[in-house]
Amino acid sequence: MLFLIIKRILLGLITLFIVSLITFVGTEILPGDACTTYLERQAFGEQLEACYRRLGLNVPAYERYVSWAVNAIQGDFGYSLSGEMPIKEVLGPRIKNSLVLASAAIFIGIPIALILGIVTALWRDKLPDVAISTVTIFAMTIPEFISATLLILIIAIWLEWLPGIVIVPTDVSLLELLPNIILPVIAIAMIMTAHMARMVRSSVIQVMASEYVQMAILKGVPYWKMVFKHVLPNALLPAINVVALTIAWLLGGVVVTEVVFNYPGLGRLVIESISNRDLPTVQALAIILASIYVSINLLADLMTLMLNPRLKTLQIRK
Amino acid sequence: MNEIIQKVNNLSIGFKSKKGEEILILRNISTNIKKGETVGIVGESGSGKSTLALAMMGYVKHGLYTIGGECEFNSSNLLKMKNRDLEKIRGRKIAMIPQNAGQALTPNLKIGYQIDEALQLHSDLKEEEREKKISELLNKVRLPSPETIALRYPHELSGGQQQRVAVAMALAGTPDLLLLDEPTTGLDVTTQAHVLELLNFIAKDTGTSMVYVSHDLGAIAQVSDRIIVMYSGEIVLEGPSREILKKPIHPYTYGLLKSIPKLSLAGLPQSMPGSQPQPGTMHRGCSFFDRCDFSEEKCKNNSPQLEYLEELNTSVRCFNHKSLMNDSQVNQTVNEIKTSTQDKEILNLSEVSISYAKQKLLDQVLNRISDDNPTVKDININIKKGETIALVGESGSGKSTILKSIAGLLRTKGGIIKFDQNRNLSSDLKERDPNDLRIIQLIFQNPDESLNPNHTVEEIIAQPLKLYFGLKGEELKKNITDLLQKVRLGEFYMSRYPRQLSGGEKQRVAVARAFAAKPDIILCDEVTSALDVSVQAAVLNLLQQLKEDFGTTYIFVSHDLAVVRAISDRVAVLYQGRLCEVGPSKDVYQFPSHPYTEVLLGAVLEPDPDIKPKLVAEDIVEEKPPQKGCSFQGRCSRILGDICKNEVPPWQLTNSGNSIRCHIPLKELQKDQIN
Repeated sequence: MLFLIIKRILLGLITLFIVSLITFVGTEILPGDACTTYLERQAFGEQLEACYRRLGLNVPAYERYVSWAVNAIQGDFGYSLSGEMPIKEVLGPRIKNSLVLASAAIFIGIPIALILGIVTALWRDKLPDVAISTVTIFAMTIPEFISATLLILIIAIWLEWLPGIVIVPTDVSLLELLPNIILPVIAIAMIMTAHMARMVRSSVIQVMASEYVQMAILKGVPYWKMVFKHVLPNALLPAINVVALTIAWLLGGVVVTEVVFNYPGLGRLVIESISNRDLPTVQALAIILASIYVSINLLADLMTLMLNPRLKTLQIRK
Repeated sequence: MNEIIQKVNNLSIGFKSKKGEEILILRNISTNIKKGETVGIVGESGSGKSTLALAMMGYVKHGLYTIGGECEFNSSNLLKMKNRDLEKIRGRKIAMIPQNAGQALTPNLKIGYQIDEALQLHSDLKEEEREKKISELLNKVRLPSPETIALRYPHELSGGQQQRVAVAMALAGTPDLLLLDEPTTGLDVTTQAHVLELLNFIAKDTGTSMVYVSHDLGAIAQVSDRIIVMYSGEIVLEGPSREILKKPIHPYTYGLLKSIPKLSLAGLPQSMPGSQPQPGTMHRGCSFFDRCDFSEEKCKNNSPQLEYLEELNTSVRCFNHKSLMNDSQVNQTVNEIKTSTQDKEILNLSEVSISYAKQKLLDQVLNRISDDNPTVKDININIKKGETIALVGESGSGKSTILKSIAGLLRTKGGIIKFDQNRNLSSDLKERDPNDLRIIQLIFQNPDESLNPNHTVEEIIAQPLKLYFGLKGEELKKNITDLLQKVRLGEFYMSRYPRQLSGGEKQRVAVARAFAAKPDIILCDEVTSALDVSVQAAVLNLLQQLKEDFGTTYIFVSHDLAVVRAISDRVAVLYQGRLCEVGPSKDVYQFPSHPYTEVLLGAVLEPDPDIKPKLVAEDIVEEKPPQKGCSFQGRCSRILGDICKNEVPPWQLTNSGNSIRCHIPLKELQKDQIN
């Protein structure tokens, strides 16, 4: 078991290393560099040289990669180009904001998704299933920029209940941020919940059709006891990985929604830094997003391993 | 004894087809189950026997519904009862033992909990008493160390143990009626015999009534007092089991009994033509008409009613039962098999060993094998051209592993596999050239999985023809039709997909595909296990016919000793990946024989209430072969002592050319230890 965890962590680190290499090489190959972008028309002669020296671009690429990597491990991603401030400081509040948005969506969306999925599966082909399934399929198919725009139109503009777009500074306190996130959370949760509810539904239906559930019925186990003891633990196990991917997707920045609502999260930062050709920030973002994906998937795998007695013994035997 | 416990009255169950037609799975079934009796329900797949058993618990599967009739238990109709009331009957009054306990036990709950759940629901025992009761129940079904078993998860037990747990769970509610749905079908012969013996004991001990559903007349014969034979959703014959088995007065039962291979008779049993009609097939006359040897003109248009015969205490659905009654016993006629064994050796396994153990890194680097106790070891077999050699043994005996190695799916760790005296097949698998691959073909157990569901029969058979012979166009088509004809399928099958075929037809397609490569050797891996008995006989006959036509060599793997007896020239008995006995089949099935062969033969169930299985050894599951000594030492009832534990037994040769690997002298082995 321990061996397996170590192995998985090592594999994760290798993945991160490869991601960092790819982004570094990618930014190197692109025509132009930080200094030419920054200096624009003045990018020649003395000034360019000075800029290269200042940003340390005059040394060979592999040396720059090594020093960048060493610093990155310590949490220092260098300086952002546009703001000329440490990337660390740019990222900090953005990560916080994305976390707030993601956790709100998770805490609201996942329980609702589970309940809807289970209800639709247990009342399969009956009225609750038909009604909920129609709505979830509808919610799944509408692109988020449309649902987000509609939300703004109805709730912010017509009803004037909530602010339509977020116009607070990036490093605002949590309390002030709160009313601003309600609409984005609804927009994200809608699509996420719909996807997950469908997944849970099919998983529960599959388990309900299994021989061991039939056996539990024939054993005289009351319906709800059967659902909670025999069905759900087995049906929700495969859901863990989907939940993990969803969480990673949320934390990685729901780009479209953040842009529509002007929300100061990681997703918008990605767009901004790409359009500003702020390569150091892009690099830092790539590595951070990759680590989020890797670590959340690792956690999900370990959880599945812990909760599934079948896998647990298999691993120990090996 | 005469008190009726369950009354099935005019029951019809069916489903609505896409066109809105009502399709019947069960048609007007009426029968009674009496207190303390065991009733066997027998029929081929699709006869509706499982649906009937489930209906007796008031359970109708998703998609099916009750069209008419009732299942009365304690004079209330289970099929109309509310779920809340059913919960009080299921598990408490009527309990079910499922076919596949491995699938029927909830994977995330411990054994102890699952039994405890039944106790909590159906008894008033306190927690401590329940704990004691769990141990008692596990003890009753003869599971070793109940306390530790209770703490395990289902997947940590062997198939036989899981089945026992299911029995214990069913007994927890002390039911009046036990329904058993093919409870031993997935088990090894020896385990099956033990579980049946246990069920018989429980029936006697507790006075519980049982309904035993199975396709296996052998198992039914061992347990039931009364037998119901079902065909196409109807009862065609019902009566005391002795009368039914000894004097089957319905043509279907008669044919079924004739198609079962028997240990005492070498040669292939006669097959029944055709297959059971699909549900929903409209017929005005008798549903068995197409397959019946005794049919007359009136059978075509008039459907016979179930007729009760006082003198035999039997009900039968046939116009012609009288002529069968005079025919008395089932005179089994077998088609003698002609041996076509030639002197030429075609395949030679010498000192073959195969290991599933992962190689350590160091060993990989040094290219050496470190596993000193491999899964399969010391296999020496000479196979002659045109011979049928069978590998038999329980699951885990290594028979399929050897087959895989010969086929090239698994690399050997030592020894040599030589084809035709010069071609070495044991070298690295990638070195096999197309011709090496062509000469050996495989037929798998389950044609559902071995045929690509997205290919038509034509494409399936065309593949080897294109691959090995580069055939095209007209020539290809002609070859395919020829092959289909050989396996007795018409040309119109070409455009069909596997899902449109019956089990027997699918296996015929698989046979045709194997023969398409014009192989020298065909490996048959439990080819008839997934088929119904009547179809099994037909496939065996077909294989024999093809062998005589093409001079092919068969290596036949099966757990069914009667099937092996019917088709093979020579038998090799395996235990834990080591050979126990090799010899001509008629000699292996007689004394002297290896103690393990005796165990296997003793456990075979014959469809005859007078032949009881003989249980010689415990059905323990050994995880690994012993490090030294005889491979069978752990279960041998004739163990001599230290010599068996420390020394690998020598090969002893009998006069008839049978080799037995045992320390016990031949003279001693000659004696039948059971009688």
